[in-house]
Amino acid sequence: MKTPENNAIRAQFPILSRQVNGKNLIYFDNAATSQKPQSVIDALSDYYSRYNANIHRGIHTLAEEATLAYEASRHAVQEFIGAAMVEEIIFTRGTTEGINLVAYTWGRKNIKAGDEILISGMEHHSNIVPWQILCQEKNAVLKVIPVLDDGTLSMEQYRDLLHERTKLVAIVQVSNALGTVNPVKEIISMAHQFGAKVLVDGAQSAVHLDIDVQDLDCDFFAFSGHKLYAPTGIGVLYGKKELLEAMPVFQGGGEMIKEVSFELTTYNDLPYKYEAGTPNIADTIVLKTALDFIKSIGKEQIRKHENELLDYATSQLESIPGLKIIGQAKEKVSLVSFVFENIHPHDVGIILDQQGIALRTGHHCTQPLMKRFGIPGTIRASFAIYNTKEEIDSLIAGIYKSIKMLS
Amino acid sequence: MNQKSIAEIEKEIISDFSMFDNWEDKYEYLIDLGKQLPPLSEAYKTTDYKIKGCQSSVWLLATYRDGKVFFEADSDAMIVKGLVSMLIKVLSGQPTKAILEAKLEFIKEIGMFSHLAQTRSNGLLAMIKQMKNYALAYQSIDALEKK
Repeated sequence: MKTPENNAIRAQFPILSRQVNGKNLIYFDNAATSQKPQSVIDALSDYYSRYNANIHRGIHTLAEEATLAYEASRHAVQEFIGAAMVEEIIFTRGTTEGINLVAYTWGRKNIKAGDEILISGMEHHSNIVPWQILCQEKNAVLKVIPVLDDGTLSMEQYRDLLHERTKLVAIVQVSNALGTVNPVKEIISMAHQFGAKVLVDGAQSAVHLDIDVQDLDCDFFAFSGHKLYAPTGIGVLYGKKELLEAMPVFQGGGEMIKEVSFELTTYNDLPYKYEAGTPNIADTIVLKTALDFIKSIGKEQIRKHENELLDYATSQLESIPGLKIIGQAKEKVSLVSFVFENIHPHDVGIILDQQGIALRTGHHCTQPLMKRFGIPGTIRASFAIYNTKEEIDSLIAGIYKSIKMLS
Repeated sequence: MNQKSIAEIEKEIISDFSMFDNWEDKYEYLIDLGKQLPPLSEAYKTTDYKIKGCQSSVWLLATYRDGKVFFEADSDAMIVKGLVSMLIKVLSGQPTKAILEAKLEFIKEIGMFSHLAQTRSNGLLAMIKQMKNYALAYQSIDALEKK
């Protein structure tokens, strides 16, 4: 339903009023990236129009204003994910860079030959490949928690896979391909019993779920700004302070140093130790604007609206003959992946695009998961706070049209 | 034997598509073109013949006779198969030099792929590249044999 509140939210997203192929845009590719509210677009322009300066070093007014805004964003992130200390918040380019940072620093220091790293069968390539590279380099072993038919993890097999050689569990909180919400709190506590550290890939979860890293007790948590209404190119790596302090540096350069001589360089304190070079100042500052936008609606309200969309879309899609939903977990975010028996996802994607409907088809960077289900890919509709039931009705009509054209 | 030039066939395709004034009819025609494409023997549907860079699977087989390259292809997606079918219409049975020089303006002219053609999403570019690679390879073999 298009409630007044929903209309007010939609009005904040200028892109939603554009036309695609002569039709009103229906944007259902939110799991890839969300659209940006006017406040975010304006904040970017405001930064470049009024106080663009390099941060932390300058003593002039612009540098000070930019530095304050940049650090305010770090505090906003700390609050957003419930971190104990602000220096536990490292700015990155995105989730992928955060995971790689941990693999290259903590991983290279702590993973030895014969050690095991445990991931799951529903990981995004970004949470597979960095660990594969590390395991190859260190002669360590990558093990995989199997995915069950309903798209949940086999917790039984997870328990069996855990032992004292397990040094790290790298796990996605919400599957980008299935929508499954994994019981990460339980996963973390089980891993800790064996002394393993846990990295949580929060790329999909941060925008939908309440995140409290202290309650989860995860050791690392990585997410991206662009999936939660912020610009691209800004992400966050949270790490427990004692781990971040003990880890070797990632990239060398400006900002991350204390003193440099040709003989010896001493490194800066957290979090700057991991932020070499001039950072992505503008997008970092605007990340706070996006978090403020989320706060202004409230995670609870977001979750409620998105759950309604999920339930509605699921029941509507299930009624289409020949359509099969991949991922039937009880706990899901607002994302539905589906396939047809005799129609290729790619064909459906093209026909829907002609009708102004943007969604994702393909393997969603989860090729091992697609192989697990024996499919080349899926059609994925993912919903955000600005989507409506009317748009889902249009999707269903669009799918019927696709079936007619493609049969 | 294919006596028409690439330009002539392109012109025919453009004229065929110009009969339709809405996207539905254009796509239905494209899908029909795909359906008319003779299926490729299952023996060739292997990774050796698969074109990388497509969301759907596309298999391409080339043979060379009398200075001309003949293509056969298939895809598991219908619209992609339609694209493949058009490319085969235009390029199969043509001399290597003509294939290499083909600009394939018809893709833009038929007005369906103004954006998609530039992306890797439908694999069109990968298909064209692979077809031209075959032409180049046969041309090089010819040149070596003439020496």
